[in-house]
Amino acid sequence: MNEMSRIVRTITTLIYGFIMIYGFYIIVHGHLTPGGGFQGGAIVASAFALLVVTYGNQGSKKFLSEDIFSLIETTGLVLFIAFAFFGLGITFFYNFMANSGGLFGNSAVAGINAGDLNTGGTVTIMNMAVGLEVLAAFGVIILTMSAGSEIISKKKENS
Amino acid sequence: MSSIMTHAPALVIAFPLLAAFLVPVVSRLNKKILGIFVAVVLGFTLLITLLMAVRILSGNPLIYVFGGSEAGLTLPSGYTVPIRIIFHIDSMGIFMGLITAIVSFLGAIYSIAFMDKHSGLEKYYALLLLLATGMFGMEFTGDIFNFFVFLEIASIASVALIAFRSNLSGEPAEAGFKYMVVSSISALMVLFAVGLFYGQYDVLNMATIASVMKFTQLDKIALILLVTVLAMKAGSVPMHMWTPDAYSEAPASITMILVAASQASLYALFRIIFSLYNITLNTITIGWIIIILGLLSMFIGVTMAIIQKDIKRLMAYHAVSQTGYMLLGVGVGIAVLANPIALETFGIKAMEGGIFHIMNHAMYKGLLFLTAGALFYRTGTRNLNKMGGLGNNMIYTAIFFIIGAAAIAGIPPFNGFASKLIIYESVFQFNPLLSIIAMLVSILTLASFVKVFHSAFLGPKMEQYKDVKEVPKSMLFAMGALACIIVLFGLFPDLVVKYIVHPAVMALINQSSYTAVILGGM
Amino acid sequence: MIGNFPYLAVALLIGLGIYTLIYKRNLIKIAIGITLIENGVNLFLITLGYRKGAIAPIFTQAPEGLKMVLPTPQALTLTSIVIGVATTALILSVAMIIFKKYGTLDTDEVRRLKE
Repeated sequence: MNEMSRIVRTITTLIYGFIMIYGFYIIVHGHLTPGGGFQGGAIVASAFALLVVTYGNQGSKKFLSEDIFSLIETTGLVLFIAFAFFGLGITFFYNFMANSGGLFGNSAVAGINAGDLNTGGTVTIMNMAVGLEVLAAFGVIILTMSAGSEIISKKKENS
Repeated sequence: MSSIMTHAPALVIAFPLLAAFLVPVVSRLNKKILGIFVAVVLGFTLLITLLMAVRILSGNPLIYVFGGSEAGLTLPSGYTVPIRIIFHIDSMGIFMGLITAIVSFLGAIYSIAFMDKHSGLEKYYALLLLLATGMFGMEFTGDIFNFFVFLEIASIASVALIAFRSNLSGEPAEAGFKYMVVSSISALMVLFAVGLFYGQYDVLNMATIASVMKFTQLDKIALILLVTVLAMKAGSVPMHMWTPDAYSEAPASITMILVAASQASLYALFRIIFSLYNITLNTITIGWIIIILGLLSMFIGVTMAIIQKDIKRLMAYHAVSQTGYMLLGVGVGIAVLANPIALETFGIKAMEGGIFHIMNHAMYKGLLFLTAGALFYRTGTRNLNKMGGLGNNMIYTAIFFIIGAAAIAGIPPFNGFASKLIIYESVFQFNPLLSIIAMLVSILTLASFVKVFHSAFLGPKMEQYKDVKEVPKSMLFAMGALACIIVLFGLFPDLVVKYIVHPAVMALINQSSYTAVILGGM
Repeated sequence: MIGNFPYLAVALLIGLGIYTLIYKRNLIKIAIGITLIENGVNLFLITLGYRKGAIAPIFTQAPEGLKMVLPTPQALTLTSIVIGVATTALILSVAMIIFKKYGTLDTDEVRRLKE
């Protein structure tokens, strides 16, 4: 896969940051507005897909590396299951931080309002953990599949 | 101690899941202890399952409410239906859980030596732990959508494991593709049936659906869908096409665990017919459908097996055939469910035979697959025409193979004889022709295993195998453990039936005890 | 009658998916057929939650006195979409391995496991 033309490269440089910020906004506000971990993670991963399409798999190795994605994925998964274990004093997956006044501990206000980011308890943290995991997993999938297809198309060219 | 028992249902799922997520970290630190780490985690899970079994089989089912304010509080104040995901483990569930725990622990121990020449082992062990988690979840859950999620987790993990050895030749990938298509369609149809239940009754908990079930037209459609696709996942004829390919191309330890996963789908089929519908449906029709599926599986499985040249494909067709025995035994029980006199005389005995056969089959079929894996590890081939004379060098493997073959053919004093005798006696009282077909199939099974033993182990030593040694100790330990269980169950079958199988059968038949535990006697 | 349109769409999608699975010979088209069936089942789950004259179930924009559509089927559908993504990724990777080893994607040729 060769590089794409100059127009595509310029637009990619301008836009992929905004796509990632939009994705992170959807991840973090998952307990107030529609969205959440998986949806936001998929949007951030589409920015990575844009990079791979523009620069090819060899070219995008300067920006994305599979090892770091693997590390982020493991972090997200272990964080998720660790917060499930912390509630084991009462039951597994118990929401011990909601309505308690600590981090993410305010109570939700009824009626139409702008939404308080500080609510939600462990749900908010698990949203962020799932978001990290999904964006890293999609990154690994995109990099591996594009590497595989480049090997196959190179073999076809040479044969 | 009591707090471990309260949280035990969650710990059985949580520990393999946490270990699966930590496997990449552990393999980064030290590659050699990865197999031992996985075996320790699965051994710990086996210990917790045994503790739960001691408590549940004496008559106290366990409930666990995820995220609730107390582990046993299914109906918090003001609610009349349960609203959270609830794990509901009764005697039948812990019976299947014991099989899963033993099989996955021995599979991990066997893999320490069997897979030592492969690369990418952290993916293998992570997928094995995910497969174990999926199977435990399928067997312990009391919520029908949660069952779909764990079914998909187990399917995706097993597809990746079947296609694991595809770096040398392409056949494992083809087998994995076929299995993925079959399990995708099954899981999506299960989700469709879940949607049908939710649309009518607005609850997802199985006990609550059982208590408000009115057998409408849509429920009939859901029943047909569920019976078809769960029998397809369990590998019964006429939907058995994926079984020989998937079981023969997977690594041997994974094939043993896949057999237990197919039996988990069989367990779900029985749970849906007995605890969700019970006698609201026309039991004679459904019973005869399951009996016919069982007869077809038995007969076609064993006739296709006799002509095979590949040792694992032959054993896979035998797995299809033995699934027919389980369907026959429990099908006779379903057919007489509405008839209390017949149920007392032979119905409960037929179900005991069928369900006892589930555990026996997992043990001896697992042992046979592990010996086939040992033969492949030392000779590099699965073709019976190329093997010969290995009994001189691999003495322990030959002894374990004889024990497994005698168990599957139903020879006393091994455990296959005990469960098959119960099935023959009780099915004979229902309809003599079925029992005669079952005995005929057993004779053909013995014939095909005599052929395998003669080809692989007897005869003079061949040139290229003159210095094969016995397999490494961890593989021998796994095979030896299974052989001990087979011999023990064969010597004391009435103790096993009285303490382990009979509570499981009574838990299936009594729908009211299943719903009363969740809804609190309403 | 007009309220039954989503259910007709569900039946059409599942029927097209089963047709694709049975009659098409390319492995990628089989993967597309599975995706079609999955989309049909997801649409079925979402349609179950609809209530006439109700608003979207967002907690911070709920005026007093109005009904909301059921949010539980939306959670079930989201889980199913995530599982579908994992399934599609895995089945396409296995198809890529088959193409590398066999050289073709036609199901009549990918048949080394016979009998």
